[in-house]
Amino acid sequence: MNSTLLTNILRFVLLLAVQILIFNNMTFLGFIIPLPYLLFIILFPVNGNKSGLLVASFLLGIIMDVFSNSGGIHATACLTLAYLRPSLFKFAFGVSYEYQTIKLNDVLTPERFSFISLAVLIHHFTLFLLEAFQISFFLDLLIRTLLSAVFTIISCIIIIYLIKPNKK
Amino acid sequence: MQQIFNFIFKNSNRLLFLLLLCVSLLLTIQSHSFHKSRIISSANFLSGGVYERINNISEYLNLKTENEALALENARLKSIVFNTKDTLALQKFEKIKGVDPKDIVVSKVIHNSYNVHENFITLNSGSLQGIKPDMGVINSLGIIGIVDKTSPKYSTVVSILNVKSQINAKIKKSNHFGSLIWNGKSTGFVQLVDVPRLASVRKGDTIVTGGQSVIFPENINIGTIHKVYIDNKTNYYTLDIKLFNDMTNLGHVYIIKSEDREELNNLEKRTKDE
Repeated sequence: MNSTLLTNILRFVLLLAVQILIFNNMTFLGFIIPLPYLLFIILFPVNGNKSGLLVASFLLGIIMDVFSNSGGIHATACLTLAYLRPSLFKFAFGVSYEYQTIKLNDVLTPERFSFISLAVLIHHFTLFLLEAFQISFFLDLLIRTLLSAVFTIISCIIIIYLIKPNKK
Repeated sequence: MQQIFNFIFKNSNRLLFLLLLCVSLLLTIQSHSFHKSRIISSANFLSGGVYERINNISEYLNLKTENEALALENARLKSIVFNTKDTLALQKFEKIKGVDPKDIVVSKVIHNSYNVHENFITLNSGSLQGIKPDMGVINSLGIIGIVDKTSPKYSTVVSILNVKSQINAKIKKSNHFGSLIWNGKSTGFVQLVDVPRLASVRKGDTIVTGGQSVIFPENINIGTIHKVYIDNKTNYYTLDIKLFNDMTNLGHVYIIKSEDREELNNLEKRTKDE
């Protein structure tokens, strides 16, 4: 029970609020919405409680679903991302993951960038696959995933730079 | 026994993941298979309240377009009142409505989605105002959708921009019927499928609601024909229809309470039972 927990609760609420109030109203070309709320899962502490992360991402997704009338697609996508996160860490950061010294909330390096892009792509692909729910939209699905992922990654990086703790 | 516990402890994360995944997939599949069984919807107290607050602020940004639409509608209604000698036009107007004025509820759109395949609209009136599922929603320009779920103060509407929605429509000139669907591509266009080849269709013809469905009264505007295709498999026409409504910018809407519908449904049910 310390500041990490508080930070995460605050992040959970703030990111959801920002997503629903601001980013849900930002649409490009009629179908692309940036979804920076999944930054909560990306920025969750590396050595944090894994079951806690699973439950929190499920709640995060369910709340998004309530607000966008979409059944359980956000919940499923968030849950998948949360479950695959350790493997993504291993893929993007290699050995240093074992020492648990990663700080994502910092200057952008190639490793951090690849981690964020992979996470966003996995989340968006699951999301749009479940949203279309049929294979006939497959090309459309890929286009949606890629375009939305670009905008989400950009908004995620901007938010990371905005909330980055300043130390000098 | 010990081993079972060991297994559960060792794989607790995986088991938790699978459990939660099952729940979320169940919700997803339920929402896709039959729209009535939707458990999670934005017509609840929490999200309805939040959307209403947001709308209170954002509606100021749309006051100008809303005013213009109202002025246009006013002008149209005035022209009908002043030209009462032209009895033909008056009759036509009454026919378009086809419902008692007391059966129309004015409501406000507090949340509108148009960027996914299954789009829903949230309105700020619910069962307290007498709104029930399956009522038709229109505005001055044309149809909007069909009421899906209601709570005491809010209701959700299946927008015509929803790949699951299917509405009976016809060509105004020739009375040929088809069903109105959306292919999920553009917010300005919907498709009318299964129009018989006998029908004479031309670009620019008006499409209106047909009389076969009890949800909408007959002859409510939808849009104009934009493109004509012939379906290779079925040899029916498929028409691209340009909507009169801008579905990305909705303000006030009218909900049609049709008393006839229950009577008709009961009659059809009785006929089937016998």
